[in-house]
Amino acid sequence: MAISFTLNGKPQSVDVSPDMPLLWVLRDTLNMTGTKFGCGMALCGACTVHINGEATRSCITAISSVAGKKVTTIEGLSADGSHPVQKAWMEEDVPQCGYCQSGQIMSAVALLSKKPNPTDTDIDDAMSGNICRCGTYQRIRKAIHRAASMQAGKA
Amino acid sequence: MAIAPFVNRRDFLKAGAAGGVALVVGFHLSASAFADQAQDQEKKTPNPFDAWVRITPDNRVTLILGKSEMGQGIMTALPMILAEELCVDWKQVKVQQAPTNPKIYDLGTGGSGSVAGSWLPLRRAGAAAREMLVTAAAKQWEVSPDTCAAKDGQVIHGHPQRSVSYGQLVESASKLPIPNLNTVPLKNSDDFTVVGHDTRRFEGQDKATGSAKFGIDSRVPGMLFAVVARCPVFGGKLASFDAAKAKAVPGVREVIPFETSGRGASTTGGVAVLADNSWAAIQGRNALEVKWEEGPAAKESTAELQKQFLANAAKPGRVLRNEGDADSALGSSAKKIEAVYELPFAPHACMEPMNCTVQIRPDGAEAWIPTQAPQWAQGVIAEASKLPPEKVIVHTTLMGGGFGRRYQADFVMEAAQVAAKTAGKPVMVLWTREDDMHHGFYRPASYHKMQGALDTNGNLSAWKHFQTSTSIAAKWSQEGANDPGLGEFGTGATIPYLTPNLRLEYTLAESSVPRAWWRSVEHSSSGFVVESFIDELAAAAGQDPLAFRLKLIGGDRKIPRFGEEKATPLDTARLKGVLQLAAEKGGWGKPLPKGMGRGIATFFSFNSYTAAVAEASVKDGTVKLHRLVYAVDCGRPINPDGIRAQVESAAIYGLSAALHDAITIKDGRVEQSNFNDYQMPRIGATPKTEVHVVMSKEEPTGIGEPGLPVVAPAMCNAIFAATGKRIRRLPIRATDLA
Repeated sequence: MAISFTLNGKPQSVDVSPDMPLLWVLRDTLNMTGTKFGCGMALCGACTVHINGEATRSCITAISSVAGKKVTTIEGLSADGSHPVQKAWMEEDVPQCGYCQSGQIMSAVALLSKKPNPTDTDIDDAMSGNICRCGTYQRIRKAIHRAASMQAGKA
Repeated sequence: MAIAPFVNRRDFLKAGAAGGVALVVGFHLSASAFADQAQDQEKKTPNPFDAWVRITPDNRVTLILGKSEMGQGIMTALPMILAEELCVDWKQVKVQQAPTNPKIYDLGTGGSGSVAGSWLPLRRAGAAAREMLVTAAAKQWEVSPDTCAAKDGQVIHGHPQRSVSYGQLVESASKLPIPNLNTVPLKNSDDFTVVGHDTRRFEGQDKATGSAKFGIDSRVPGMLFAVVARCPVFGGKLASFDAAKAKAVPGVREVIPFETSGRGASTTGGVAVLADNSWAAIQGRNALEVKWEEGPAAKESTAELQKQFLANAAKPGRVLRNEGDADSALGSSAKKIEAVYELPFAPHACMEPMNCTVQIRPDGAEAWIPTQAPQWAQGVIAEASKLPPEKVIVHTTLMGGGFGRRYQADFVMEAAQVAAKTAGKPVMVLWTREDDMHHGFYRPASYHKMQGALDTNGNLSAWKHFQTSTSIAAKWSQEGANDPGLGEFGTGATIPYLTPNLRLEYTLAESSVPRAWWRSVEHSSSGFVVESFIDELAAAAGQDPLAFRLKLIGGDRKIPRFGEEKATPLDTARLKGVLQLAAEKGGWGKPLPKGMGRGIATFFSFNSYTAAVAEASVKDGTVKLHRLVYAVDCGRPINPDGIRAQVESAAIYGLSAALHDAITIKDGRVEQSNFNDYQMPRIGATPKTEVHVVMSKEEPTGIGEPGLPVVAPAMCNAIFAATGKRIRRLPIRATDLA
């Protein structure tokens, strides 16, 4: 049975098993590979997307629960890296291997939408579900502060 | 260093210039990290080149070589070196993976050796191409080449200035003889405008937009996704299976058993469940009924290994190094201390789980692999497909972490074994996190009995280091079982601290647990042991840990590396340099708030010098690392910010080893399975990290790994300073802090 939702602002319909996690629908059915598989148990955050604006681990989110909702993935932030968080990520040269960074960025965007000027403690709390094995955490903090300033400057 | 002075035009046209006019300079990377192996291979290698610079009429510069990007920044640092000599914008230089060729020896990417081994060859190749372009322009203008200059991808001449782009010169330059790479004039380093300057990574945008393609993102028309059931016990085998329930899962297409493969790229064998998507494959594997023959390793456990360690430590080991008479000195010295240090198996835990995509047809094979060793991958696919290696094309993808794990070919062999049975259909074998945790190649577990003595002046009168470990060499080399030992000590075999009586002993411990190179390899253990124990000796001598180290390092000298006489010696001036710089920047000796302690450690690895000052506190049985101040000397820095990034990364990897990393074994299998029972540091654990890079003019050396060995000892020495408790086993346990 087809399941319909909004993906990066456009209507999307998929005909897959209703218990298939959104992660695998994105990656294997729709070939949108920016969202990553890390653990399959919502422990590492590599698969983070937004569902109705909330940072959500797509690896444990059954596609059936997404019906009628708005899903945003890393591909939906901007095609050219022009989103302030993406720009801040590039300016602080955050990524190393880069594998976890889609999830890090999606968590950071969700944080900034709720707290436009987060403290280090806010950042640590909001980002604690995202593991980076390359240990880019110090630069993630800096990039979030930078993105916050960029967004404040724009407003 | 092997640079072929003259280029065989046929070779580089074939390898580098396919598809139109191009200026191509072929060259050979040196292999400073593995010099002996490389020399042996060179003798057997008919083709002198393994790297090429290719410039095309569209002004593109392509650097073709066998180096893979796993986050360490080679797609940035190597183009920077080339661009410096070639006088182009470094971003114009794109790294392309050299096609794997069984006739070309390819070292792969590891041992923190990419920049060290590419520095001079890349400069020479860039300078040669620049000279050809300048000569071509001079000919065109009928002027002397000496009156022309290369600048920003152009050759310029005269007043008013005229210019011509490299692209426009490619055709004429390509007809010129290639200068002798050994004698081509290089730029004066005072004129460098790229090398030594902070540079953002080449593929940063791709990694911030999700468009970067890792191995797991490979998509080939008609591909199936496979997940493999493997025996949970090391060395076990498939006994029987029933595919019916797996095949009943919607989306599952095939269930394919495969055999254990041999030494080297050893796989456990198992049963692959192939499906239309990864999820269906995982569900299919969950439903699969399978029985294993567990084999003798089912009796192994961490507790059993500990008994072996204790039994080994009760007897003398094989003597690896013996100067003076350590035992007598220990007996007669004014003060003697003894301590045991222990380290567990540690997993790489790359964020991108292992995966490999292979298509095998009767006429050839093609593979997409996140690998540090594409040449090895090509060989194992050839073996599994029974095709000649030259019929196997390997595409090396970006890697979601490597850390040594992706130097293995087990995950490639498996995928090839499965793909050999799919009648030409491409297949990705995807590992789940649990597979990755259960079937890794772990940093060896080790046990160290340290004995040291001080004379009445507080000098080191004896140093005795007994180690028993599971050894990497014993797992890999044919003679390893008979001759492991020295390699397990790393720089621990060449301590910089002066002592007249030095003895190293080793005993191999038996284990079926696969072991291999983990970020900084044996230095990760040796750094902890040596730099913690020297701190214990400083305390026993009643001396400041920094002053004690500086005193025992003594005057400026070059210490030959024990057992590796051809290797670069340890330069004590540079070692003291980083110690003093870290101490100065880290506020060594300045007061700290109550409950906080400061610790220091230094280590030499991969020809680089590292020191760190840590500030730590302990509260309610939990340790917190607040600040970590590094000084690193890795020779001339190519991209200082890239160096800082690598050291910041090694700091967290090292912190992980200090706080969490432990793979434990029970009933022959790994007890941890995912990030719930195996923890890694999260953002809140991040110390304020400062990295001070020495702006050296020495040859560049490694930096991917050298930041790691000092983390645990600096932190544990800080814990001692704060609490008086010595931490002698990793990971740090609450019971050891109490």
